[in-house]
Amino acid sequence: MIKRKNVLSETLRMIILLFLVSFLAFVLIVKSPIDPLVSYVGTESTLSQEAKEEIAEYWGLNDPLPERFATWLKNIIHGDMGTSITYKKPVAEVIKTRFAYSVVLMMLAWALSGILGFIVGIICGIRQGGIFDRGIKLFCLTVKSAPTFWLGLMFLVIFAVQLGLFPIGMAVPMGKLASQVTIWDRLYHLILPVITLTIANISEIVLYTRQRVVEIINSDFILYAKARGENRRQLVVRHVLRNVILPAITLQFSSFSELFGGMALAENVFAYPGIGTATTAAALNGDAPLLLGIALISAIFVFSGNLIANILYGVCDPRIRESEAK
Amino acid sequence: MIKKTLNRKIIITIFICLALAYLIVISIVGILMDSSEYGVNYADKLIGPCKEHLFGTDAMGRDMFKRCIKGLSNSLVVGLAASIFSSVVALIFGIASAVLGGFTDKVIKLAVDLCMGLPHLVLLILISCMVGKGAFGVTLSVALTHWPSLTRIVRQEVLQLRSSQYVKASARMGKSPFTIAVTHMLPHVIPAYLIGLVLLFPHAIMHEASITFLGFGLSKEVPAIGVILSESMNYITTGKWWLAVFPGIMLLIVVILFDIIGETLKKLWNPGSGNE
Repeated sequence: MIKRKNVLSETLRMIILLFLVSFLAFVLIVKSPIDPLVSYVGTESTLSQEAKEEIAEYWGLNDPLPERFATWLKNIIHGDMGTSITYKKPVAEVIKTRFAYSVVLMMLAWALSGILGFIVGIICGIRQGGIFDRGIKLFCLTVKSAPTFWLGLMFLVIFAVQLGLFPIGMAVPMGKLASQVTIWDRLYHLILPVITLTIANISEIVLYTRQRVVEIINSDFILYAKARGENRRQLVVRHVLRNVILPAITLQFSSFSELFGGMALAENVFAYPGIGTATTAAALNGDAPLLLGIALISAIFVFSGNLIANILYGVCDPRIRESEAK
Repeated sequence: MIKKTLNRKIIITIFICLALAYLIVISIVGILMDSSEYGVNYADKLIGPCKEHLFGTDAMGRDMFKRCIKGLSNSLVVGLAASIFSSVVALIFGIASAVLGGFTDKVIKLAVDLCMGLPHLVLLILISCMVGKGAFGVTLSVALTHWPSLTRIVRQEVLQLRSSQYVKASARMGKSPFTIAVTHMLPHVIPAYLIGLVLLFPHAIMHEASITFLGFGLSKEVPAIGVILSESMNYITTGKWWLAVFPGIMLLIVVILFDIIGETLKKLWNPGSGNE
């Protein structure tokens, strides 16, 4: 009962926050120098001043801000996100097709960095101070300090240009009809972006897992377990894994924000037609409806990550669960 | 034993001084550099790294080494301005949130959650869209988006202090929250705050480079690492690798140095964690 109530209040808090975040994004875009009228009709239109004013009146551009936000919100709830100027399509459609590309990229990189990072972190933690541990630590610190887009550029230079192993960019081969593109083509084009994003996201989880494992290894119950005669494998499986895996998963879920940012940069480097390239295109062209739609979607994405992380924390950790039950 | 720790401290201090010297030299050389140093010179375009041009030249014959230094110093200035602004906001918000509590605390926590709700990059793009491109837009957008995490740290520190005996005593003696904040909280929070400031710096520089790379930050004529790297995208497919490799490494070194300075300061200040 307590658990369900907790999940509910958490969800409610998230919805309120989501509402406020979309309001913030709305205000930022409305207050920007982007003139929706100029964006639509172009700078060289022959429309007269009266006609422009009529359009502005019709669109409700002169209404006060809260009213405009209310109109926008009403339309959003009805599934109408407006029309994108850049792509000449409804925003919902653009986001749907683009997000499908990005989700594949992000989820692959997310899962890979999570699993690999967790395993490497555990090995590092157990063999603290060894050569492997030091090497990985150095690698992680370097990668953490490197901008994602530069990492992507380096992979391009090494693997695509110098070695010629992978395509330079895009999601499908150039000059091929959409019907001829096989799933292998898509996967082949995904490899470099996924590697870039994985490497960019891995350091945090490795360092975190390592830190936790070191803490656990030095605790009394491990000493006791050793005294009982447990070998290293038993120690890891029985004591270390159980204590580390949950916080690690939680951390991975709450890293959706960085994941999204990294994805946007990686997509721009590899000219991958996902939501990241759409974001920059929208912002550079003054495409307010698309930009708002993307802001909303990205906020939902981050929120769902945080929500899952919070719920996981409460549901799975018996200590937190019990302290809440009291 | 004492001798050993002393040595370690001295080594760390020397290292910090060296790192600081490197950063200061880069920024001063960059600020004083005349724009003709990295001017256009079509006679030697796209030369690989050699003795005269350490990092090679680009498609307009500009010396990449000098452009990098200038770009880095630009980044450092933007990063410094943004992180100082951010950290002051964080300090004020963090202390106010913890000392005043109640309504203020709720509002500030909400603001932190709001800023963290959007992906950082999207928020940066939105703000620089609103303010307009150019140095001011970048600085402002980086400054406005980096305070939430530090605010949380400061708030946490102050919350711990608030339950201490001398703060309670001071409150009972009728001191105002403002006096308590300035005389009792501030001195305790300053070390954590300074370390937070140093650790904020690399983030600020990286985000500046990122949004400049995407085309929202510093304008194309200004030498900046982000601009250099986004230009290099057009040439690396034809094998001009030096255009992308060296500027990135220079940026990487600066970021790592700040990171190490911050982390070592943390260890010096808090010797308990120094042994980990």
